[in-house]
Amino acid sequence: MSAIIHEHDDHHHGPAAGITRWLFTTNHKDIGTLYLWLSLIMFFVGGVMALLVRTELFQPGLQFMSPDFFNQMTTNHGLIMIFGAVMPAFVGLANWMVPMMIGAPDMALPRLNNLSFWILPFAFMMMISTLFMEAGGPNFGWTFYAPLSTTYAPDTVTFFVFAVHMMGASSIMGAINIIVTILNMRAPGMTLMRMPLFIWTWLITAYLLLAVMPVLAGAVTMVLFDVHFGTSFFNAGGGGDPVMFQHIFWFFGHPEVYILILPAFGIISQIIPTFARKPLFGYQSMVYAVASIAILSFIVWAHHMFTVGMPIAGQLFFMYTTMLIAVPTGVKVFNWIATMWRGSMTFETPMLFSIAFVVLFTIGGFSGLMLAITPADFQYHDTYFVVAHFHYVLVPGAVFAIIAGVYYWLPKWCGHMYDETLGKLHFWLSFIGVNITFFPQHFSGLAGMPRRIPDYALQFADFNMLSSIGSYIFGFSQLLFLFIVVKAIRGGIAAGERTWDGAHGLEWTLPSPPPYHSFTHPPRVTEAEAHS
Amino acid sequence: MQQMFSPRHLFTTIPLAMLGFALPGAGFADELNLPVGVTDISRDIYDLHMLILWVCVAIGVIVFGAMAISIVAHRRSRGYKAKQFHDNLTLEIVWTIIPFIVLVALAAPSTVVLLRMYDTGGEDLTIEVRGYQWKWQYKYLDDDRNETVSFFSSLATPRDEISNQSVKGQYYLLEVDKPLVIPTDRKVRFLVTAEDVIHAWWVPDFGIKRDAVPGHLNDMWTIVEEPGVYRGQCTELCGKDHGFMPIVVNAVPPDEFNTWYGEQLELADARKAALSKTFSEEELMVEGERVYNAFCVSCHLPTGAGIPPIYPSLIGTSVVTGPRDEHLKLVIDGVPGTSMQSFANQLDAAQLAAVVHYERHAWGNNAGDVTQPRDVIALSE
Repeated sequence: MSAIIHEHDDHHHGPAAGITRWLFTTNHKDIGTLYLWLSLIMFFVGGVMALLVRTELFQPGLQFMSPDFFNQMTTNHGLIMIFGAVMPAFVGLANWMVPMMIGAPDMALPRLNNLSFWILPFAFMMMISTLFMEAGGPNFGWTFYAPLSTTYAPDTVTFFVFAVHMMGASSIMGAINIIVTILNMRAPGMTLMRMPLFIWTWLITAYLLLAVMPVLAGAVTMVLFDVHFGTSFFNAGGGGDPVMFQHIFWFFGHPEVYILILPAFGIISQIIPTFARKPLFGYQSMVYAVASIAILSFIVWAHHMFTVGMPIAGQLFFMYTTMLIAVPTGVKVFNWIATMWRGSMTFETPMLFSIAFVVLFTIGGFSGLMLAITPADFQYHDTYFVVAHFHYVLVPGAVFAIIAGVYYWLPKWCGHMYDETLGKLHFWLSFIGVNITFFPQHFSGLAGMPRRIPDYALQFADFNMLSSIGSYIFGFSQLLFLFIVVKAIRGGIAAGERTWDGAHGLEWTLPSPPPYHSFTHPPRVTEAEAHS
Repeated sequence: MQQMFSPRHLFTTIPLAMLGFALPGAGFADELNLPVGVTDISRDIYDLHMLILWVCVAIGVIVFGAMAISIVAHRRSRGYKAKQFHDNLTLEIVWTIIPFIVLVALAAPSTVVLLRMYDTGGEDLTIEVRGYQWKWQYKYLDDDRNETVSFFSSLATPRDEISNQSVKGQYYLLEVDKPLVIPTDRKVRFLVTAEDVIHAWWVPDFGIKRDAVPGHLNDMWTIVEEPGVYRGQCTELCGKDHGFMPIVVNAVPPDEFNTWYGEQLELADARKAALSKTFSEEELMVEGERVYNAFCVSCHLPTGAGIPPIYPSLIGTSVVTGPRDEHLKLVIDGVPGTSMQSFANQLDAAQLAAVVHYERHAWGNNAGDVTQPRDVIALSE
């Protein structure tokens, strides 16, 4: 009798065999894994594009590609890294970790979860396929400013529009799932103010996604109508306004940049307390800071548009609100340092990436503050200074946080430790590479080099060559990351339940690897085990 | 190969890059920092830039300093035992309020400078700047905003320098066929707009940059004290040749400006006179090539081969062998919905006649007809 029940259990609680496991899965861990692999593949695809761009910019003159192909590379690099690499990586981490961190068996809406993932590969195939079409892929920048993306766009803009629609639909479904899961599936005792910071940041991020993805869908739909149905939303000749496009786009776009960084804040807030062996400093102010950043993100969008010719009142409003963001962001940085202060720190790979995150993200924050000063922004706007700024917050920011999170939770996922020596090597190569790539771009920007140009004047040559060398170091060292991850999946020292001796949180009460359905019986959550 | 990278620079730039922002105050200012510029506004911006840079450096020293101390001292390998504090309300209030005060201190001077930048009245001269794919048009306007002198300014760097077949000159990609000329010590007001897509007009030394948006007329102003040649570039992605539409401004003393302006008025008269002239085929070919190289070459290429399918070839195709008037109409009206612009407002009848004649007789084409300005005028009537 008991043997029969056991078999029955296995049938329902283990993964299906073969490819159908992945196609039809409704399991949060399987879907999380799919998201993470898609993200890594896209990271390499977008990375190859970046390396092609850096190769063309290695020296002045046109060597390897036409200016139009160069524009296709910068555009697709941006789109793929944002929508294909960083966002799916965060959703993958949320899928894996949210049920395990709040004490739930799975996500609340498992079928929706399957759909939201499987839309994505088709969206990216459609977008990337345009590169092989006669007219070429999107070449108007990831910001697709009209009328360059409407009247003057290649015919393939239609594929781009539908690909963005699909990505948006996927994001909205993912966001709904995360919100519903967090609000409804928490274990007894897991009150809102006991939730781990990663859960808090994702909850807030999911609301941002719900709020702004429809705005993006509206923008691309209007582009579609201007291209095919003779409307003039953004065509000045027909009574429309190209500047309105930018307002709509950045009303989506600025919350979007926080969508790309808030879950990173969450990851870092899990890792630093673990390796400092000390509770997170100022848990409550961390939560309030994230919430304030999210709210402020809706009233700062036009700081991307200081040069479009806004009235002075608008310029001042957006300058002041933008500067205000420095306050909650500063609180977060101070709290991380206060967490480290008087801790008992060790420096495993996740901690190294997290410390680098705090330092380099802060440098990106400094240049952000400089860009907020409107009169100075007239000099920085659309130069490499801006390129340096957002790469500092996105690469050693968002991407380092994702890598840190993977190193931190990978032993939990697969049950094996990764190779610590190789992990540290990966860190140092990435850290050096990223700084050699992006730090000189501050200087070329200040010296006057515009962004998105395939060729440049001679005074920018040295910095560009340096930047290209750095990009090769950073780019190729990510192959080491792939190797380390695959090696850990295939075997290694057993990770144990609580892989890191300083780690707190429900995920560390489960075996490594965890059971297929994380918590079949809700755990009781005590204050001590709630968050790090 | 003069742009070759020198190892000496490698040794200076790497440590500088690693050391961070703290250095630009030193002797490297030319290469590493924002230019101070030549106007009051650009100097104000530079001061703001340096102010906030030093504020950031100071915050960085405190923040990264605390971090470094912690990383060195509070580590387990030294046997340091973790304290378990996790809140300190006073501290948290202090480090919320102090940044706020610093921000107010930065916002105040920024507001003052911004208000000055927006003070566009009382100009001595108004120039309309119009962005095209991929060149600039400058129109000098009189007090009633009527156009007096107008010309296009496009990249003058030879194509074989861009394709690395000859040595790049000192002002590679920063040189134009005809620079904008403005008087020094006069308040010049710019009205900025665009014909096709969004461009942006920026001269770093003046500290002014504004987007050129179709359907919008943005304005900005400058007073340049020092005569000189000032260079900038388009700073909004505007398509394929975004990197190849530089800006060159020649600031000259008012007397010299007036002489130059007088010459331009005479040139405009001469161009009007040309409309009623009959040119020889040689004259048409010479003028046609000049116009082609300034207006057509970036898409249809010097060889006329174009970049199909987006930019069609002009060699032996139906347009250059077919009826002459159809060819003219195509150039005058453009092809809506494609990259082929309308040249009706960019070229006058004499230039249109010459360029069409040139296209029909260059690169082995031989339509065997002659196009004169009066043919163009007849067609548009």
